[in-house]
Amino acid sequence: MAVSGLIMLGYLVAHVAGNLKVFFGPEEFNAYGHWLRVMGAPVLHHEWALWLVRIVLVAAVVAHAVSAYQLSRRDLKARPTAYVHRRRRASYATRTMRWGGIVLALFIVWHVLDLTTGTVHPGGFEEGRPYQNVVDTFSTWYGNVVYIVAMLAVGLHVRHGFWSAAQTLGVGNARRERLLRALANTLALVLTAGFVSVPVAVMTGVVS
Amino acid sequence: MRLNLRVWRQKNGAAEGAMATYEVDGISADMSFLEMLDTLNEDLILRGEDPVAFDHDCREGICGACSLVINGDAHGPERTTTCQLHMRSFRDGDTIDVEPWRASAFPVVKDLVVDRGAFDRVIQAGGYITAPTGSAPEAHATPVPKADADSAFEHAECIGCGACVAACPNGSAMLFTSAKINHLNVLPQGSPERETRVLDMVAQMDAEGFGGCTLTGECATACPKGIPLPSISAMNREWLRARRKASRG
Repeated sequence: MAVSGLIMLGYLVAHVAGNLKVFFGPEEFNAYGHWLRVMGAPVLHHEWALWLVRIVLVAAVVAHAVSAYQLSRRDLKARPTAYVHRRRRASYATRTMRWGGIVLALFIVWHVLDLTTGTVHPGGFEEGRPYQNVVDTFSTWYGNVVYIVAMLAVGLHVRHGFWSAAQTLGVGNARRERLLRALANTLALVLTAGFVSVPVAVMTGVVS
Repeated sequence: MRLNLRVWRQKNGAAEGAMATYEVDGISADMSFLEMLDTLNEDLILRGEDPVAFDHDCREGICGACSLVINGDAHGPERTTTCQLHMRSFRDGDTIDVEPWRASAFPVVKDLVVDRGAFDRVIQAGGYITAPTGSAPEAHATPVPKADADSAFEHAECIGCGACVAACPNGSAMLFTSAKINHLNVLPQGSPERETRVLDMVAQMDAEGFGGCTLTGECATACPKGIPLPSISAMNREWLRARRKASRG
């Protein structure tokens, strides 16, 4: 869980940094999109680097989902009889890891169909013109709602996930506790704010 | 004070259990929770009913025998053992739910008594040191740095009551196992079996059917001895280290 999660987290940081290029106008954003396809050239052929990243990501998603399934099954089996007196104490982020993860998996499917393949894209999807595609998606109400909800889920998932990954890998101790918590909160906040800024910019007309 | 109790009653491990309601009167705020249950049992015996079975031994908070989930909290609302919980934590007329530890690795024996033999087997897998027996060795023969001694003492406080497992939404025994491993692994006396200890005890913990850890932190919150949550990370570190060493041969 920890290793696959950190791979995806590393990707998210790169992803949000790339997304923010949208604020520098269509030329720069589209040029960035083009660069992703010629990354590593001339050593690598067209889109090889991109496909390499995609393969690693799919492997990470599958590994993450399989271990989450195994862990959940084990956890449910270990507490066959629930307590009659129920009370909630763990933080919201901690309690929503499982369902939050499922929400994120569904979001990723929609997100790829929307902005990578263009299958469910509203308006004319054009390969190689990501700026216009982003504006189209965030010009629909449901595009905004789905995206913003998913990004809030990302923030919550990262908040508990990053800190937990550090514990799993044995990095945590009493002295680093505050640092790790702060790092997890900062990562969650930066990712959510960075991603959400794009639909907000389209809605307010900053990006059009 | 007068209290309404809802207590888990179960004839034996194979029988179906249910919550039963009792009323107890004349409870003093200075009584411990177990003395309150003694009062209930005296009433039940006088009425010719079966008394409520619950585990207890030293009643001083050091043996780890008492094990009740009170209003959904392992050992109740105070951060202590059930025997050291006093009735002043409750108010006259309160309804109190009393349940046994819930985990598939801790099967119910009767009423509020569960079988915690799984913990004994985890200890047997490596929670000891191999040392020559005989008279006590000279105290200064093996120097121990202060920080290591403090860490060992902190983890040695674990009384093996099982509140961590009871509080964990996953029924995981990571906090207990980590306390036992860290206690010995930081000391020079424990270092000869440092790797086999963590590998064997974690393997036994898994084999007993405890759940996996999702770092909810409920265990450390419930622990009457204050075993800290980072102990789990320390155990993971030991485990990864031992695996690396084992793979190198």
